Amino acid sequence: MTLVERLNAAKQSGDYQALLDAVPYSKFLGLTSHFEGDVLITTMRYADHLIGNPALPALHGGTVGALLESAAIFELLVRAETVVLPKTITLTVDYLRSGRPQDTHARAFVTRQGRRVTNVRVEAWQEDRSKLIAAAAAIFLVKPEEAAATSS
Amino acid sequence: MSVKNARGFTEGIPHNKALGMQLVELDRGEAKFKLPYDAKLVGNPDTGVLHGGAITALLDACSGAAVFASLTDWVPIATLDLRIDYLRAAEAGRDVTAHATCYKRTRNVAFTRAVAYHDDPDDPIASSVGTFMLSTKPGATK
Repeated sequence: MTLVERLNAAKQSGDYQALLDAVPYSKFLGLTSHFEGDVLITTMRYADHLIGNPALPALHGGTVGALLESAAIFELLVRAETVVLPKTITLTVDYLRSGRPQDTHARAFVTRQGRRVTNVRVEAWQEDRSKLIAAAAAIFLVKPEEAAATSS
Repeated sequence: MSVKNARGFTEGIPHNKALGMQLVELDRGEAKFKLPYDAKLVGNPDTGVLHGGAITALLDACSGAAVFASLTDWVPIATLDLRIDYLRAAEAGRDVTAHATCYKRTRNVAFTRAVAYHDDPDDPIASSVGTFMLSTKPGATK
């Protein structure tokens, strides 16, 4: 099954975990997802290989950045009416607190959806939803493949 | 910090090890890391292209190492922000190298630039700028 086929299957069944598991890097990070009402939450399950600073210990900044980017992409895939794989143009991550060795959750907000470009804000937190450990702004190129092929 | 010490330090970071990251070069304020291609880091199983997140982790680690390489005395550092521009898709099956420079350091903050590429630094996959807080916590080495 291609990724697009998996996405279509997930939209039908409502089981998005199979889609996440089909992406090797998402499995490597230990990503899971669930809905809280209408809100899609992506979680990075804690594992020792996510540590960047063994002395504190703290999560590697790269893993937190990857969670934020993945949560943004996942939000776009789940919400999109047409099936297009978003391409990341820029990702800006603000690291607000060190990530403790525990599960980390992320939520994405689409701030603007244009015809070609979509801007997304993403937040990550651990135990306390009000204490963000990181926040990101991401810009994606979201364009149907045919249109991309003819215009490039 | 000697290259040997820095190498031990880098390889002692669990996530860098899990990614398979290798330190290639370390010089005053500069670091070069290699991320060998690995199927577990793929973002798109249809094409085999690496996930952007793996490139993010590589640039973050390499930029942090460049900051360490600019210090005369070791102090803990923390990433304040990192902006990554994805310039083109990485190619499936190919290793990625990152080269980071710590181009400015003040008492509290270090500033970095980095690029990620396959073979040619002039044909980058991604570029980044970052800022790092130099720890001023009590007990930190000054």
